[in-house]
Amino acid sequence: MTLLLVVLVPFFGALLPPLVIRSGRNTCAMATGAVTLLALALLMSHAPAVFLGEVPKAEIPWVPAIGLSFSVFADGLGFFFAAMILTIGLLVIIYARYYLSREDPMGRFFTYLLLFQGAMVGVVLSDNVIALLVFWEMTSLTSFLLIGFWRKRADARQGARMALVVTGGGGLALIAGLLLVAEAAGSYQLSEILVRGDIVRASPLYLPALLLVLLGAFTKSAQFPFHFWLPHAMAAPTPVSAYLHSATMVKAGVFLLARLWPVLAGTDVWFLIVAPVGLATMLIGAVIALFKDDLKALLAFSTVSHLGLMTMLLGFGTPMAAVAAVFHIVNHATFKAALFMSAGIVDHETGTRDIRRLGGLVWLMPVTGTLALLASASMAGVPLFNGFLSKEMMLEEAAHTAYLGLDFLFPVLATVAALFSVAYSARFAIGTFLGKARHDYPHQPHDPPVGMWLPVAVLVVPVIAIGILPGVVAGPLVALTAGAVIGGPLPEYHLALWHGITPALVMSLAAFAGAALLLLGFGRADALRLRLPRPDAKAMFETASAGLVVASRRAVAAVHDGSLPRYAGVILATLVAVGGYGFWSATHAAGTRPLLPVSLPAATAFLALLLASGMVLLRHGDRLTALILTGVVGVIVALAFLQFSAPDLALTQISVDVVTTILMLLALNLLPKTTPPEESRAVRWRDGLLAGLAGLGVAALAYGVMTRDGTSISDYYLAESKPGGGGTNVVNVILVDFRGYDTFAEIIVLGIAALAIYALLDPALKGAAVRRIKAMLPHEEAMDAHPLLLVMATRVLLPLSLVVGTYIFLRGHNEPGGGFIAGLVVAIALIMQYIASGYGWAAERMRVDAQSYIGAGVAIAGLTGVAAFLFGRPFLTSTFGYLTWPVVGKFEVASAMAFDLGVFLTVVGVMVLSLAQLSRVARRIDPAPHNPEPMDVRLEPAASRAREG
Amino acid sequence: MELLLAAGIGILTAVGLYLVFRAHTFPVILGLTFLSYAVNLFLFAMGRLAIDRPPVIVPDAAAYTDPLPQALVLTAIVISFGMTALIVVLALRGFLETGSDSSHLDAPRGGKGDAS
Repeated sequence: MTLLLVVLVPFFGALLPPLVIRSGRNTCAMATGAVTLLALALLMSHAPAVFLGEVPKAEIPWVPAIGLSFSVFADGLGFFFAAMILTIGLLVIIYARYYLSREDPMGRFFTYLLLFQGAMVGVVLSDNVIALLVFWEMTSLTSFLLIGFWRKRADARQGARMALVVTGGGGLALIAGLLLVAEAAGSYQLSEILVRGDIVRASPLYLPALLLVLLGAFTKSAQFPFHFWLPHAMAAPTPVSAYLHSATMVKAGVFLLARLWPVLAGTDVWFLIVAPVGLATMLIGAVIALFKDDLKALLAFSTVSHLGLMTMLLGFGTPMAAVAAVFHIVNHATFKAALFMSAGIVDHETGTRDIRRLGGLVWLMPVTGTLALLASASMAGVPLFNGFLSKEMMLEEAAHTAYLGLDFLFPVLATVAALFSVAYSARFAIGTFLGKARHDYPHQPHDPPVGMWLPVAVLVVPVIAIGILPGVVAGPLVALTAGAVIGGPLPEYHLALWHGITPALVMSLAAFAGAALLLLGFGRADALRLRLPRPDAKAMFETASAGLVVASRRAVAAVHDGSLPRYAGVILATLVAVGGYGFWSATHAAGTRPLLPVSLPAATAFLALLLASGMVLLRHGDRLTALILTGVVGVIVALAFLQFSAPDLALTQISVDVVTTILMLLALNLLPKTTPPEESRAVRWRDGLLAGLAGLGVAALAYGVMTRDGTSISDYYLAESKPGGGGTNVVNVILVDFRGYDTFAEIIVLGIAALAIYALLDPALKGAAVRRIKAMLPHEEAMDAHPLLLVMATRVLLPLSLVVGTYIFLRGHNEPGGGFIAGLVVAIALIMQYIASGYGWAAERMRVDAQSYIGAGVAIAGLTGVAAFLFGRPFLTSTFGYLTWPVVGKFEVASAMAFDLGVFLTVVGVMVLSLAQLSRVARRIDPAPHNPEPMDVRLEPAASRAREG
Repeated sequence: MELLLAAGIGILTAVGLYLVFRAHTFPVILGLTFLSYAVNLFLFAMGRLAIDRPPVIVPDAAAYTDPLPQALVLTAIVISFGMTALIVVLALRGFLETGSDSSHLDAPRGGKGDAS
């Protein structure tokens, strides 16, 4: 389990830096360091077992049946990489504490860094392929944040975007590739896949899987031709460059090649693709690095070159080359991180990273200078430093490698690459640190605080120690890691300084000599380079992405032209096509369920429906008529519910119909009253045809289902309604009890809709909207706006309606009724007051506003659910009992009734709020004829006469 | 009976869809109302049809119709009111702001709505 924590600790720890940054930058850095140290300690607790050859594993299963689990394992390779990530991470944190200035938000930086660290450890320790892919994507995302850390700088943003596009794009390919590998191997566990290499290589999926995996690995590790993003990522703060772009993230691609080496390597395709890509990257990176004046750019291209070296070695596919690759990964991580940090120190101290403005720094900052010189000697491959050893092994392997019969290609080009790498290392070292001390720096440089050079020193120790005593210092680690890469017995090899006069030594000496000549003629070489055409990767990338943006914009504009009817048409045409295909490719016979006989009222209702629908279809230009006919259709639907044993539905439908019609009438008051005919006949016929086909399809489907028997889960509800829910109206019991969760969510949705209506209409009363409404309002007030009869009738009906509503509510649990219907009835009664007596009069008398009804309703329903917790039951568990009330008699009380009360209140609030808001819009514009009296006919004289009389 | 209901559902669907394709918001809203009717009836019909068998438990009932589609449709009716109200208000606000009740949102031809 502690192995899982190694991955998780950085993620949880990422919460810490922003919290403790208030206590100061030191505390922040220490907290971050402590998190990393904890993860490292947890990892190291497994070290004895790993070195004994065991493979610790841990797993949290999720959906194991489809290969989903969060599982980790630490074989030699994963353990080594995790240890490297955490150790260098620790050093980088110390370094960053002194590197970041006071203005930089350190809390954010360390949060990003820890997130990256967790993702990276996740990549190298994941056992499950899916988990690996998730972590892989997370490294791309977090590196995007880290590269763009200085968000105000355009180059940082562009570099971050480029890195994200390239590595994220490669990540997509990798997802496909690894899924294919898992498919071919028949397992999603890497530890399983690794022993099934033969099966995968024999699978027809091997080639596509290989190509996709390589695409992911090459983009991540900046291999040619995807190398261009890495130098632009150097816009990141130097700690990020040292961490991500030398030691860890860019090695993820190499790690992946090493991880899958037992599965994918060893074939001709592997060798023919991977080895030359590595060679080209190594050569191109080294050549470009020589001519870079920016220290970090030089180091960036040097990193590209070294990554190419590792890729090439893994591409050779021989165990010996794999050992060399592993050894070089160790060595490169130490000297390159040290060099990046040194470059950061130089930048920090002198204010410049331009090699032409630097020189003689070793005299001004002796500690940093010495450390950097030692590390660059290793980068050049000078004997007694660790870089020399792995470079020799690389040259030795290259010397024996023939590519498509060309046995000189690899040895020669590898030597040339070595030559350039000696040259740029020398240029870096000499140009920056050696020569005469200069005094024209923007700041007078001196050695930085110990916290900044100490991490460099810690990294330089292994550079020398491995260089002198390779077998003792690095031997066990290399054996462990290489063993895991190869997945079989290790080849005979010997990590040593002196192997005698070998081809590799000759090539190495040739490289040194050539580099000396090259540096002497550097001016001429540079002039020659300047005359050659140089492709600008950034410009090409920008052009390509700008072109893509334009193309996708055009595509979107062509498809999304903002016409809702067109979208609906496309969706429907697709549905009709798919449905039609399904219909033709299956049986067309109707079912055998006995049909109900047609009754005369039913046939009449159907004819009425046909008539009303047809008139709406033909006359929808006259909006008022169409609206009233729609109401008629609603009534017929309610009758259908009544006919087919659904009294609750009929009640609901009829009351909702009333409210909807009033609502639309109110809206129509402010909308144009007619729809102008504008579509051509052809368009209407096309739409009609499509709609007709869809209607036919739906009718056939409905008929097909209704004429067949089916099974239903409703028997349970019918059986349990009374004993379990305490009610005999099964529909209501389902609503408030069995499926109370649904209902709870539904009343919340209703409440949100009503509040959205409120929000949409409240600020609608400004500017152009006001002018439009004013122009639309009738200039003269209607003579009889509040007719006496209507006012009196609604006034009398209100208490009656409230009684009816209460009755419907109370009986709802056992007879048709319930909160929804009662709410609708009461809402209609209230709305009638608005209609009859006017908005002003009614609004004054609404003591509680409608929003409060909604809030109270949802709260009561929610609290009823929560109350179940008090009895240790899950949310919305219901209970019921019986009370004997005087007069009423024995009476059932269910907790579901309180829930239904919430439903009731919400429904009342929603209906009243929506309609009142709509009627208010017109009133707010023109508040003059406010009706303080409930009706237009003055009653006072009559009343006073009555008193007199 | 089944045929009548199925035909009714088909008619409501066809009319609703035809109206949804119109170029102005008010017919589209009516169309959505028709579609709500159709969908609610369709869902309801999935419980099969029965006459005089309401799902209210009484001691001597022979059988009951399926209560589950009824419960689902009941909330669907109320929710479709909320949806209709919201769309009506959206259409109204859009009209008040732009003077057009075209349902071609930002299409060039949408501008020729009835600003009159």
